[in-house]
Amino acid sequence: MHAVCSVRAVENALQIQIPDNARLIRNIIEAAQYVQDHVIHFYHLHALDWVDIVSALEADPADTADLAQSISDWPKSSADYFAGVQNRLKAFVETGQLGLFANAYWGHPAYALPPAANLMAVAHYLEALDWQKEIIKIHALLGGKNPHLQTYLVGGMAVPLDPDSQSAINAHRIAQLKRWAAQAHDFVAQVYIPDLLAVASFYKEWAGLGGGVGNYLAYGDYPQDTSGNPSSLWLPRGVIFDKQIGNPPQALDHREIREYVTHSWYSYAEGDGTAKHPWEGETRPNYTGPKPPYEFLNTDEKYSWLKAPRYQDTPMEVGPLARMLVAYASGHERVRELVHQVLDHLDVGPEALFSTLGRVAARGIETLVVAEQLSVWIDELAANISRGDLAIHNGERWHPSTWPAEAEGWGSTEAPRGALGHWVRIKGGKIVNYQAVVPSTWNGSPRDAREQRGPYEAALIDTPVADPERPVEILRTIHSFDPCMACAVHIVNRHGREITRVKVA
Amino acid sequence: MDPSSPGLEGHLAQRGITRRQFLRFCGLMAATLALPARYTTRIAEALSTAPRIPLVWLEFQDCAGNTESFLRATDPTVVDIVLEVLSVNYHETIMAPAGQMAEKSLQDTVEQFPGQYIAIVEGAIPTKDGGVYCTIGGRTAIEIVREVCRNALVTIAVGACAWDGGWPAASPNPTGAVGVKDAVPGLKNLINMPGCPMNVANLTAVIVHYLTFGELPATDSMGRPLFAYGHIIHNYCPRRGHFDAGRFVEEWGDEGHRLGWCLYKMGCKGPQTYSNCPSVQWNEGTNWPVGAGHGCIGCFAPRFWDTMSPFYERLPNVEGFGVEASANRVGLGIVGGVTAAFAAHGVVSAFRARRHPLAAHEEEGPPVQTDGGD
Ligand code: SF4
Repeated sequence: MHAVCSVRAVENALQIQIPDNARLIRNIIEAAQYVQDHVIHFYHLHALDWVDIVSALEADPADTADLAQSISDWPKSSADYFAGVQNRLKAFVETGQLGLFANAYWGHPAYALPPAANLMAVAHYLEALDWQKEIIKIHALLGGKNPHLQTYLVGGMAVPLDPDSQSAINAHRIAQLKRWAAQAHDFVAQVYIPDLLAVASFYKEWAGLGGGVGNYLAYGDYPQDTSGNPSSLWLPRGVIFDKQIGNPPQALDHREIREYVTHSWYSYAEGDGTAKHPWEGETRPNYTGPKPPYEFLNTDEKYSWLKAPRYQDTPMEVGPLARMLVAYASGHERVRELVHQVLDHLDVGPEALFSTLGRVAARGIETLVVAEQLSVWIDELAANISRGDLAIHNGERWHPSTWPAEAEGWGSTEAPRGALGHWVRIKGGKIVNYQAVVPSTWNGSPRDAREQRGPYEAALIDTPVADPERPVEILRTIHSFDPCMACAVHIVNRHGREITRVKVA
Repeated sequence: MDPSSPGLEGHLAQRGITRRQFLRFCGLMAATLALPARYTTRIAEALSTAPRIPLVWLEFQDCAGNTESFLRATDPTVVDIVLEVLSVNYHETIMAPAGQMAEKSLQDTVEQFPGQYIAIVEGAIPTKDGGVYCTIGGRTAIEIVREVCRNALVTIAVGACAWDGGWPAASPNPTGAVGVKDAVPGLKNLINMPGCPMNVANLTAVIVHYLTFGELPATDSMGRPLFAYGHIIHNYCPRRGHFDAGRFVEEWGDEGHRLGWCLYKMGCKGPQTYSNCPSVQWNEGTNWPVGAGHGCIGCFAPRFWDTMSPFYERLPNVEGFGVEASANRVGLGIVGGVTAAFAAHGVVSAFRARRHPLAAHEEEGPPVQTDGGD
């Protein structure tokens, strides 16, 4: 995601328009990323906050089969199949080495699923691990490898197209892409979405918890043409304040973005109460925290390595929920249809969207919409190729000799976990400033100069915690944002303490 | 450890995986490790009886790219590894517990299995300012990595960052980031698997080698396993014939690009990079960067962000390239370059000085692939 964002920033600075095929290849890669990432998030990074693995051992596989067959046509749903999964799990538990599953909160009273549903979720946890490594081969084909694709270029993509060559994307490779796209879609439609709805129906109280700041920002993504015009974005761009989804979202102007470091371990030349647009941004570390090892972090002072981005001085949530709300308010038909279906299925009103459960549901809705669209873009690429349009790169500004003496630009994308922006200033053929504002700084930001809380912090307020020593409720809300894992341990610890303190006070 | 565990083969049998398929996997592992085929049986025996060794996976200044790579493991898949081959006791990204309970899983393993667990390290370790740039649960990365790795049976540093600091250590290295070998001086039983990220096919092979022979595979002077880092990409590249014949891609999307010609002129670092990418490839052998149409960026090589960029500038040229003999000289000149880079990382200027005049107009490559994380 950083790769596409960085090339877009430079393309914006140098005013380069990419060929249509490059646009489509980028869309296909990104769509595959969404589908794979969201499914991994649901099953492997978030499910165990809702699913009790130990309880799955007590399930009657016949009950699980009944449940699974009642919600989906997925073929792997027999009692024998679930019995096999359960046996495997039993054999694993009997070794006494619980590995990744040791020391979790099994048996916690906040777990609400019956054993049959827990066993179904465990089976799909394992299936999803096998599935994700298959469908991500779309990236290997178009990017050389996953993770860390290598074919992004300023001006296009290094992916040759040629129906008559074995060394380019040809009919055979289009067919491979189509097969993986179908595999991706089927799992989402037949496993992920039914599981999501089944699990959510046991946790409806979470439709009233974990809301947060109530302001949402999406840069939008998946251009439908190469104009660079925001109106071409298939997932629309926009800003929503105070949960107002009844009207179209406000237009987004990136110049309204400012970052604070008041409570962040950085300093600004003009004082830490000031805010800076990324083009003027500074990244000068200024650690003032306790000397490690430490137990306590004083959050009255600076307390985070994340800066605090604000839009019009307001904290904004980014991510699948923000994107789906902006799409909904913009009148995106398929998104509106699915949002209504999910609300009806769970028998909750639209206010349920602004919650932990709303965040989890929005991620599922988005995965399905994107999985449906994936094969559309593959077809469009194939149609271009068969028309003889093989262009993949605009090389007019490839050589630095063609650049203006000075240029500035910004590139945006919607990473699976939220809005990502890169800002670049170029002078004399060299970068003079480069700033990235990443989704987890929006969502996980510390307080700003006006002491406004960021989305994670705001979302945790009023969260009931049954057992402060085992705060699974905190994990549910924090994980619902899909925090960047590089920061996760730090953040969870910090808020774990903060909530305990709130309760005591 | 539980010696009565039925081993991988027994578990695979439960899942309907036949002995033939199992042996095919063992044969594949022998091939990846560049072992003669007769070792297949020995690998099979070892895997059928091996106890589940505890494993902890540490993440520091990282992007979880090696974790993502690990999740793409095949035969055994990550499911097999997690449930049956090893006991993965700690891995921040994918473990169920969080916070203090997660840290307990790490401490339990270090205390209960001293000298008996595998430590995998992903990410660089910042050393500047007392290590404040990466702390977990209030402890610095450097404190954690020293404690965990010094008590481990073996340590595997995965990815460029855990090897030589990688991207966090790229000039000007603001946090004083280093890899495991420098963070834990004198560490025995350390194997380095650089790459951005490492290829999980190679990690699986290292683990299989260890389970089979009770020791790590042979390494080069930089601690990298020879089976994976013993050959220059350029010498095994399927496009080498085009290089020798002087058929080069000149522009992205031109006829040569569509026909799979050599990417040398587009900046390919294959002539300078030691890796088995061309043979093992990625994502179950689906493809690799050169196969997709982009030059190698040298991510398996020392300090590659500094020594291999700008990525689109061609490697220092030798006269008359396109001829077999001079192609080998490209390789030789480059080995010298890498050694210098490793010692002083002043290789970029060395390259500039030796650049072919034809490449002069590419003096400043476009600043792509730049990551400004904060
Ligand atoms: S220069 Fe690169 S593409 Fe050309 S033969 Fe060598 S490794 Fe292959």
